[in-house]
Amino acid sequence: MYAQTAKRVVVIGNGMVGYKFCEKLLADEKKATAFAVTVFGEEPRVAYDRVHLSEFVGGKSADELALAPASWYAEQGIQLYLSDPVVAIDRGRKEVRSHTGRVVPYDYLVLATGSGAFVPAIPGIEKEGVFVYRTIEDLELIMAHARQLRTAAAHGPKRTRGAVLGGGLLGLEAAKALLDLGLDEAHVVEFASRLMPRQIDEAGSGILMRRLETVGLSVHLGKSTQAIVGEAAIKSMVFADGVTLDVDMLIVSAGIRPRDELAKRAGLDTHPRGGIVVNEFMQTSDPAIFAIGECALAHNMIYGLVAPGYEMASVAVARLTGIEKSFKPYDMSTKLKLIGVDVASFGDPFAEGEACQTIVYENKAKGIYKRINVTPDGKELLGGILVGDAEQYTMLLQLCKNKTVLPPDAEDLILGAGRGAAEGAGTIPGGVMSLPDDALICSCEAITKAQLCTEIAENGHTTIDQLKKSTKACTGCGGCTPLVKDLIAGVLTEQGLYIRNVICEHFEYSRQELLDLVKMNGLKTFGAVINQFGRGAGCEVCKPVVASVLASLWNENVLTSDRAPIQDSNDRYLANIQKGGTYSVVPRIPGGEITPDKLIVIGQVAQKYALYTKITGGQRIDLFGAHINDLPRIWEELIAAGFESGHAYGKALRTVKSCVGSTWCRFGVQDSVSFAIEVEERYKGIRSPHKLKSGVSGCIRECAEAQSKDFGIIATEKGWNLYVGGNGGSRPQHAQLLASDVDKETCIRLIDRFLMFYIKTADPLTRTATWLNKMEGGMAYLKAVVVDDVLGIADQLEQDMQQLVDSFACEWKEVVGNPDLRKRFAHFVNAPEEKDPHVRFEPLRHQKRALEWQ
Amino acid sequence: MESITLEKEEITWHQVCTSADVPADGGACVLIEGRQIAIFNFARTSNWYATDNQCPHRQQMALARGMTGSQGDEHKVACPFHKKTFSLKTGQCLTDSDYQIATYPIQVENGLVFVGL
Ligand code: SRM
Ligand SMILES: Cc1cc2nc3c(=O)[nH]c(=O)nc-3n(C[C@H](O)[C@H](O)[C@H](O)COP(=O)(O)OP(=O)(O)OC[C@H]3O[C@@H](n4cnc5c(N)ncnc54)[C@H](O)[C@@H]3O)c2cc1C
Ligand code: SF4
Ligand code: FES
Repeated sequence: MYAQTAKRVVVIGNGMVGYKFCEKLLADEKKATAFAVTVFGEEPRVAYDRVHLSEFVGGKSADELALAPASWYAEQGIQLYLSDPVVAIDRGRKEVRSHTGRVVPYDYLVLATGSGAFVPAIPGIEKEGVFVYRTIEDLELIMAHARQLRTAAAHGPKRTRGAVLGGGLLGLEAAKALLDLGLDEAHVVEFASRLMPRQIDEAGSGILMRRLETVGLSVHLGKSTQAIVGEAAIKSMVFADGVTLDVDMLIVSAGIRPRDELAKRAGLDTHPRGGIVVNEFMQTSDPAIFAIGECALAHNMIYGLVAPGYEMASVAVARLTGIEKSFKPYDMSTKLKLIGVDVASFGDPFAEGEACQTIVYENKAKGIYKRINVTPDGKELLGGILVGDAEQYTMLLQLCKNKTVLPPDAEDLILGAGRGAAEGAGTIPGGVMSLPDDALICSCEAITKAQLCTEIAENGHTTIDQLKKSTKACTGCGGCTPLVKDLIAGVLTEQGLYIRNVICEHFEYSRQELLDLVKMNGLKTFGAVINQFGRGAGCEVCKPVVASVLASLWNENVLTSDRAPIQDSNDRYLANIQKGGTYSVVPRIPGGEITPDKLIVIGQVAQKYALYTKITGGQRIDLFGAHINDLPRIWEELIAAGFESGHAYGKALRTVKSCVGSTWCRFGVQDSVSFAIEVEERYKGIRSPHKLKSGVSGCIRECAEAQSKDFGIIATEKGWNLYVGGNGGSRPQHAQLLASDVDKETCIRLIDRFLMFYIKTADPLTRTATWLNKMEGGMAYLKAVVVDDVLGIADQLEQDMQQLVDSFACEWKEVVGNPDLRKRFAHFVNAPEEKDPHVRFEPLRHQKRALEWQ
Repeated sequence: MESITLEKEEITWHQVCTSADVPADGGACVLIEGRQIAIFNFARTSNWYATDNQCPHRQQMALARGMTGSQGDEHKVACPFHKKTFSLKTGQCLTDSDYQIATYPIQVENGLVFVGL
């Protein structure tokens, strides 16, 4: 029955806004039966999250980016045609015709054709190696090209270079992709005199530029590109000032052009500079035809962001379902994370003149710039800009939008008075709980404070993930996430449920606080620490933290005094426990260099104690399957041959991987093996919040993978480049450049400072990469502390490190020579020579393996 | 190893080691007639516990090597393999209600440790 009366709606374009329109139109059953929807999409896939398109480069799959799976459309009864663009609209007959010849009649037509990249008519722009950045297909082409460049350059001296034309929001996104793709150089070329000219001012751009340069981007401002040179493929760009820039690929990101060609051909009103003209109900000059998203020109402008697009979708749906709603000039506030740097602008960011007073905070060392514009009486916030630290964005945006009366000292809003007390600086005066109920918290999905509070308090959705599911908040741009977190905390606090984030129930301190207390009070045992600063008997969380703090401060043997039972299981027996209850033995092989004599000893020991041997991923040899009471005997023999503990069990330095370097390699420019050994010998045994890895490469080819290490060193013609904060593991991350072309001594000094700063301030079990990611001010701040010594602590850090280095002693050597400690290496305390009869092995390729557990 | 039989409780007390053999605030494993028993010495509060040495999660013989601690007033041990924690009083697993270990009476007299089986 319904099918006959259902209105036929055809949607052209299955992009973000087109999708949102369908979702809203069919949101409930009543509506769902009132409309029969057909969607035409030009792209081969269902609508995906274009805002997070760059994550495709980072490994996110197209499926993960999809806004809804293909099955969703079928479930909603939507007829979806992909890879089939609409080529003509016949307004007289009210039907559309597609590329493959499908003709579909409509009662209402919705144009959601989005926009395409604007490509300026520069001579040579059609050359190979020039791309745009808009769709997954564009990214696939870009990635393939970058791969080709890298392969071609892999074993030659050639550097791979990429550039982006345009320093706006999208251009910087694209530049990040170039870095992620592993090109040696990434350039941004901007015509204007500043980056992101629509969002930030000159000073903000200056700060942003410095921070982008620290991650390896080169920025060229005020450059007008005259030509693109090369035979078939791009070779260089030529600027109006005569300068040229050699590049192997170029991404054009010079703005967007609304896709209004279809509308124009159908005789609908379009603007001379692009865009389908609509009224406040999103209707075009033909009232049966709507236009929404980036193709629509509303209030005389194109809104190049997704949130206003979603609002347009909801207005169009309202119109079709007979609800009163119109599209108002939309707030273009944005917050983004560009290459690890927060950038935000809100309200009127550039307000100037009589009716405005501007407050600016700038911290060059930390790379932070904040500007707010307030009314002359200081009562109302007009807008502002945040670069480097946008924690306060959502709070400021709320104040601005709700026209909240500001506190007497408006500068506190950005200086963050009353910091320290609360978790972050982004606190709304009077707290987030003081906002009006109808304050819009998530503008992408139009969710109010009241809605969220109900979800948290009444439906028990107290995590971001749960709220994402139940309300869709935080699923768009993610900008509201901090505020939603505050709301959760606020509601829970009101219910008396919020718990401060401390080590565990036994210690009401963070690791850094505890380290300072232990140091100031000179405490050296777990007993003393828990008596003075804790309660209860401790547990598997706090004991290893205290153990690590004591070791990092005093470097005394981890098993003496009362410290053995507080060590994490591997440290407790100075070996890694494995399936079945045996242990592995990893002698240190500094820099991966080993003499034949020592190799023979390893072989003999393995044979004698029947150990499985394997070359590890860290350039040394692991002996597996040792019984606990054999460990001291095994180590006795290894130590006699000159080996030391490799600390494979400890939160300590593991390996300093090296490549063969200038001693043998035809490309090597420095002796990387010698330096690697020096570095490994220096930092061995030092306990830290998590394990530490390093690498030294003899040239830019980077065979030692130094950039994937906590600290990595790469030889240059002039000295060494030092990188920090790299990580392998499940979330790999490249290390960032801390200093270039330094000599060995300087390099060691900087590593001393870096490691000690990390040891003192990181949370438990936090690798350097995560620590750096969470650090306010990021790499720029770390550089300021470690290289420029803005805190004036460098000498102290170096001294503290030297003290640890000087107090090194191989802990296995101590155990082997100490009968009391040796005694602890038994399975049965009342039958020390007996082995655990439960330990079982089975043969494997002429060695043995642990039996599979049940 | 000597054993005394206390008929009234129908359990056999085995003298297993001296109190100094078990690290303060740590554990050790003893072999009693072919069975592996973990004993724990909470020296700070003078409490002793005895349990199975085998962790029911993956049948690993290693609870004695686990880290001792407390959760509220409950003394517990964490298995070194996957950190499942067990109450030493009741043997109940505190992190996964599917698991349970057996607990045994234990006494310390004149520096000698006795476990009842
Ligand atoms: C033996 C070895 C694998 C191999 O056969 O090659 C190994 C074995 C173990 N790794 Fe690893 N990792 C080994 C190289 C690596 C590498 C490669 C490297 O160092 O170049 C990585 C990635 C690089 C990195 O760490 O950034 C690596 C990333 C991890 C991680 C993830 C760390 C992270 O930050 O995400 C863990 C888990 C952890 O530490 O929390 C881990 C944990 C472990 C543990 C200790 C798990 C455990 O607690 O039992 C394994 C101990 C086996 C044993 O019984 O001895 N292993 N592990 C390698 C020893 C190298 C050495 O000589 O010391
Ligand atoms: C790299 C990148 C990063 C971005 N970052 C942000 C951000 O951080 N914040 C933000 O708010 N916005 C961001 N945007 C902008 C945001 O993605 C757009 O505002 C949004 O996608 C617009 O949605 P739309 O549906 O109007 O257009 P689109 O998503 O472009 O969808 C239009 C669709 O219509 C199709 N189409 C066109 N013509 C036809 C036809 N004749 N027949 C059938 N189909 C047709 C197109 O192929 C396309 O699939 C970013 C954009 C990019 C490219
Ligand atoms: S990758 Fe996993 S399984 Fe392999 S050694 Fe590392 S921790 Fe063990
Ligand atoms: S074997 Fe004990 S927790 Fe898994």
